[in-house]
Amino acid sequence: MEKRTESKIVKYFLIGISVLFLFVMLVLPLFVVVTEALKKGWQIYIESVTDSYTISALMLTLKATVIAVLCNTIFGICAAWAVTRFQFQWKKFLITLIDVPVTVSPIIAGLIYLLVFGKQSFLYPYLQKAGVQIVFAVPGIILATIFVTFPFVFRELLPVLESIGTDEEEAAALMGANGWTIFSKITFPHIKWALLYGIVLCTARAMGEFGAVSVLSGHLRGLTNTLPLHVEILFNEFQYVPAFAVSSILVLMAVILLIIRSIMEHKGKKEKA
Amino acid sequence: MKKNSKRVIPGFGLTMGVTITMLSIIVLIPLASLIIYSSELQLNEFIEIITAKRVLSSFYVSFVTALGASLINAVMGLILAWVLVRYEFPGKRIMDGMLELPFALPTAVAGISLTSLTADHGLIGSFFAKFGIKIAYTKLGITFALVFVGIPFVARAVQPVLEKLDGSYEEAARVMGAKSGLIFRRVILPELLPPLLTGTGLAFGRCLGEYGSVVFIAGNRPYETEITPLIIMSQLQEFDYKSATSIALVMLVVSFSILFLMNLMQARNSKRLRGGDV
Amino acid sequence: MNKKKFAKFCLASILGIAAFTGVCSYDAGAGSGLHIINVSYDPTRELYESYNKIFKEHWKEKTGQDVEVIQSHGGSGKQALEVINGLQADVVTLALEYDIDAIESEGMIYDGWKEEFPDDSAPYTSTIVFLVRKGNPKNIQDWDDLIRDDVDVITPNPKTSGGARWNYLAAWAYAQKTYDNQETQMEEFIKKLYQNVLVLDSGARSATTSFVENGQGDVLIAWENEAFLSVQDAPENFEIIDPSISILAQPSVAVVDEVAESRGTEDISREYLNYLYSDDAQRIAAENYYRPVSQKILKEYGNVFDLTMELKTIDDFGGWQEVQQKHFASGGVFDRIYSN
Repeated sequence: MEKRTESKIVKYFLIGISVLFLFVMLVLPLFVVVTEALKKGWQIYIESVTDSYTISALMLTLKATVIAVLCNTIFGICAAWAVTRFQFQWKKFLITLIDVPVTVSPIIAGLIYLLVFGKQSFLYPYLQKAGVQIVFAVPGIILATIFVTFPFVFRELLPVLESIGTDEEEAAALMGANGWTIFSKITFPHIKWALLYGIVLCTARAMGEFGAVSVLSGHLRGLTNTLPLHVEILFNEFQYVPAFAVSSILVLMAVILLIIRSIMEHKGKKEKA
Repeated sequence: MKKNSKRVIPGFGLTMGVTITMLSIIVLIPLASLIIYSSELQLNEFIEIITAKRVLSSFYVSFVTALGASLINAVMGLILAWVLVRYEFPGKRIMDGMLELPFALPTAVAGISLTSLTADHGLIGSFFAKFGIKIAYTKLGITFALVFVGIPFVARAVQPVLEKLDGSYEEAARVMGAKSGLIFRRVILPELLPPLLTGTGLAFGRCLGEYGSVVFIAGNRPYETEITPLIIMSQLQEFDYKSATSIALVMLVVSFSILFLMNLMQARNSKRLRGGDV
Repeated sequence: MNKKKFAKFCLASILGIAAFTGVCSYDAGAGSGLHIINVSYDPTRELYESYNKIFKEHWKEKTGQDVEVIQSHGGSGKQALEVINGLQADVVTLALEYDIDAIESEGMIYDGWKEEFPDDSAPYTSTIVFLVRKGNPKNIQDWDDLIRDDVDVITPNPKTSGGARWNYLAAWAYAQKTYDNQETQMEEFIKKLYQNVLVLDSGARSATTSFVENGQGDVLIAWENEAFLSVQDAPENFEIIDPSISILAQPSVAVVDEVAESRGTEDISREYLNYLYSDDAQRIAAENYYRPVSQKILKEYGNVFDLTMELKTIDDFGGWQEVQQKHFASGGVFDRIYSN
């Protein structure tokens, strides 16, 4: 099966280019982060990583990430089901709308929530009366995080659901199975890996979001600072080493997630085969 | 068969309901508010704002750099996908796993480290400085950052299609004596074109709006290295909501149109794929 | 195990999320007892970090209460905008009067805030100086050296950075003096100056980073306090050059009346700003290289600051509203010097 007749030269040339490209674009930046973080030794590194503001930023990031991933998983499953299992008008339009958050500039994402929930909005007095603060508070950060990772789970499920087709489900439905049974017994095993994969991606992206959250956070130290914002703040305080140290936490979390993803994908493929 | 599936499989109401509700709260209502806000402007005012010289040149900068970056990513993404699908070599899985790193790394962190890499004293910058090429604080630098941001899009779009691509056509062509270059151009490329375009389009859309990593590396000189999201930011700082929302609206329309085109193409593509499955 | 159950499951999770979100916002608001929020601009981080410590002690002594001050820093204009958009700031300590005026015009700060505290409600001042590389290799002495062809300048964008407007006006002050109010020549000077700008960063701090960390440019037009900080960090790399003429930058402070009233924190907010004028606080300002307004303390630090520089004030240019209209609004001088 692997009997490709292309010359070895082409193969190694292409591999070489790929490795070089990824090395320059991905490995070097990470290398910079790590070396800068450890420039002044482990002592300083540990100190800046365990700083109380860093910890509270980490907690907020985790909180926002968990909620956003939860929301988007529910949404992703529902939307993918609706789009692939039924025919209706405006379907392409709907899919496009779901995709929009990926390409909308994070600045605009922040701006639109300011327009809806900020002081200029007609909603603001009501929110104020109800004692709910959305912008420049934790809910705003969560909303922004949901927004930027909105289509991630959906996007992963869509092709899988499309390619497995509806035959098995239809058969089950005709035999009288209800929706939940069909989903959990027939569909879920097929989409399990894609779903997990989507969740991991979603988590990774949610942790790193900067632009939209930056517009909505207000940068209140210890209250509304997420980890990426904390990096920016440290950087602006000329505390380069702590800034890179905190970045390295994010890098580490990202790398762990990607390793998990890679393992899962491998397992998923094995199961299929 | 498709038509009556609506009746057979349950859950339409529920899933559609959740979809529409969440879509409305998270995406539609906020986006609508942007449109409502800018619709308070007279048309000529709107046109005046978005055709201001500085705004136009920022469109140009954003467009050119995003286009450059997504083209580079198109080529590199294709090569990456090819290498990852067709070849076996040590370290392949690590490479595969790394592709999503730009998604996961906060853009600010990426911006800061890319800048220190490409500044005149940086690892990459000092190399190019010998030839008199400056990367950081020029359009080249912006493109560099955008390439980073866009890496996963093309490769991830092409990869699954390439995996599914039936080897039989290639085989047949090869048996008939076609050269590898010809096979690639005539047999493989046409199949890969739709996902390639989708991926490139997504990358382009994403690059157009990128802010966090670019502000650090751009230099931000008006008319030269000022990107559109930065203009929006600076309008906001001047308390000029009107201009900010108008420019934001233009960007929104552009990214929406790109996406819509891409989805049309993807639909055609998935039809083709399903056809290939049988 | 039926459709209803699934529906309930979905409903429950959505409700759960809503509740969780609500709880989050609740504990964020109520978690930390008596606290006030100080929304400030970028270069005051170190200053307020030290000041908040002595204010805490002061308030404890005065009332027996423990108070926490939560800081927010960012570009001055952006910070003002966030307050207007609902950031619950009890006090604002921003780079420019203009930014506080913007909050006032939304009705959130009452008229006459400028007279509420001494010295135009500006408890410390600063000025604009040059930071050059050690030994001053390009021999930069005054503003006219910045328009030489061989000099690369770093300064932030006055459109996005409040602090950078002082930089711009300091240059304008020089032009005004040199060209004796000849507008076209003055504009030409400013134009040449900004043509030499290599990196026009969006904020004062990122401009400093470009100059200090990434080694861009020959001279950084900087706030005096920022310049001192850079020299303090790396005395072997940089030195400060005082130009012949500059501007008296007056960062203003104000209580955000609307927020303080609704939160019941008027007294503590007022005292927070008032105490900035105490000798202890003025000393902290001086130690962070801000010029204290108290003449007594300023004299104590007379060897730190160059007190011979000619300093213009914003009133010499007709006040912020006029300056804003003329220079920084769309189509103003700053836009003109960049169009062809």
